[in-house]
Amino acid sequence: MIPALHVQSVHKRFGDLHALRGIDLTVEQGEFFALLGPNGAGKTTLISLLAGLSRATSGRLAVMGRDVVDDYRQARRALGVVPQELVYDSFFTVREVLRFQSGYFGIRRNDAWIDELLENLGLADKADAYVRNLSGGMKRRVLVAQALVHKPAVVVLDEPTAGVDVELRQSLWEFIRRLNREGHTIVLTTHYLEEAETLCQRIALLKQGQIIALDTTANLLASHATSQVALRLDPPRLPEALRARLCAAEGEMFRLALQSCGELEGVLASLREAGVAVRDLEVVKPDLEEVFLELVK
Amino acid sequence: MTGLYTLFLKEVLRFFKVSLQTILSPLVTTLLYLLIFSHVLEAHVHVYPGVSYTAFLVPGLVMMAMLQNAFANSSSSLIQSKMTGNIVFILLPPFAYWEFYAAYVAASVVRGLVVGLGVGVGGLWFADLPLAHPFWLLAFAVLGCAVLGAAGILASLWADDYDKMAAVQNFIIVPLTFLSGVFYSIHSLPPFWQAVSRYNPFFYLIDGFRYGFFGVSDVSPAEGLLIVAVCYLALSLATLQLLRSGYKLRK
Ligand SMILES: Nc1ncnc2c1ncn2[C@@H]1O[C@H](COP(=O)(O)OP(=O)(O)OP(=O)(O)O)[C@@H](O)[C@H]1O
Ligand SMILES: [Mg+2]
Repeated sequence: MIPALHVQSVHKRFGDLHALRGIDLTVEQGEFFALLGPNGAGKTTLISLLAGLSRATSGRLAVMGRDVVDDYRQARRALGVVPQELVYDSFFTVREVLRFQSGYFGIRRNDAWIDELLENLGLADKADAYVRNLSGGMKRRVLVAQALVHKPAVVVLDEPTAGVDVELRQSLWEFIRRLNREGHTIVLTTHYLEEAETLCQRIALLKQGQIIALDTTANLLASHATSQVALRLDPPRLPEALRARLCAAEGEMFRLALQSCGELEGVLASLREAGVAVRDLEVVKPDLEEVFLELVK
Repeated sequence: MTGLYTLFLKEVLRFFKVSLQTILSPLVTTLLYLLIFSHVLEAHVHVYPGVSYTAFLVPGLVMMAMLQNAFANSSSSLIQSKMTGNIVFILLPPFAYWEFYAAYVAASVVRGLVVGLGVGVGGLWFADLPLAHPFWLLAFAVLGCAVLGAAGILASLWADDYDKMAAVQNFIIVPLTFLSGVFYSIHSLPPFWQAVSRYNPFFYLIDGFRYGFFGVSDVSPAEGLLIVAVCYLALSLATLQLLRSGYKLRK
């Protein structure tokens, strides 16, 4: 099967700034994929290259097998992008904007799908409002709708949930999940790592223009972070044998590293031997935030 | 063609939505020129035999209004889109560079003609105008708006901010329109300035447009149209080339 996105040794320079340094990436059709990384890592730059908003200094990019330069018309038809910047056309209403955007992609009568988009994005009662009069979160929803008017095979969302309230965040992801189930490939960037962790099957981690990790979410969690156990000890004193595991200590609270939950047995045994009682205990599972911090370090 | 047509339609609706500013205000300004200049100069200036100064002035002002508004339409729309960032909505769809060009130029022509028609109808209140050669009249009107529509795209591609855009408008477009024989026939100028005027494409537009009304002109209309057409072609090729290369749009 043709990959949804295919990026081959792509470099992008802005003058002296080497924003992307040799990106190789393949996203298969039907994937739910996260592009993560700290501010300035190059996520938006990579998306701009895919969308043809910007041109690569070297290397090739293809969307659904169509080169974004040589076959830009087909490549752009296959792609829907929600830009990171909150941009809008102040002359028109929500419905007008969506009709125009449909027309740009060669779709004449699109009102059934436009209504469905408005419904799912909680914009139904704003259809005839001017975009400039909407709140920030509402404007962001319009951007999502605009990206989806032509039912693109690949949907790229550049921080779609920035400034969006909890309720819409839920319904937005529900809707995007549905699109994914129906076969659309989804790529998203976000700084809310728990979103990426729960939604995405695979993650690429970008740092200073390079991919420093690319794996399934499960593998990343398993290989790069350890579980921890938080203990309240009485007396608040850690036996010598457990010193190596210590991650953090505060008052009578101690956090110890565990490679696996099986090691908990041994920890408790050591405490018992030393005559230290456990008043409280909590096992803390690794999350993407830790993996992220460890890798980006 | 749906894409091209939609973009054109959007550009036309854009200026109709703010028609107080884009149609009515240039109309009023131009009619004020007409009121004042015709009042002051009517008794003193005669350019063509049998044509009153006011009648001479109307086509010049109509053309001036058309040219300035055609330029304003594409240039202000694009510079706004660039500055606010909503140009992405035009850059993301699968437009060919020539579709981009065609939609903006066509919308500029519509804006120019609408304003021109308004000024022309208003002008009839001041003077009776013959219609000697409607075809020439229309040809110069459409071509003139197209030249300025293309120039508007070119200028807004180049300009990085509103200030540079205003500079093009105030230091190139306005002087060229004023110094093109709107208010006078170039035959009334000293020889040096007559020669200089011949390098101003706007002069041929206004002269040819007047020919459409009165059947008399400083330069033969065919020659004028040819010169303007060559200018249009050169400007269009430059604009298309920049659009194709993604100049300042696709960094
Ligand atoms: N048009 C441009 N001109 C010059 N430098 C640019 C341009 N666009 C991006 N950059 C630079 O390229 C680098 C990558 O920026 P990019 O916007 O891709 O980061 P990002 O990963 O999307 O960050 P964020 O999480 O903040 O959105 C940054 O150093 C940025 O300053
Ligand atoms: Mg970004």
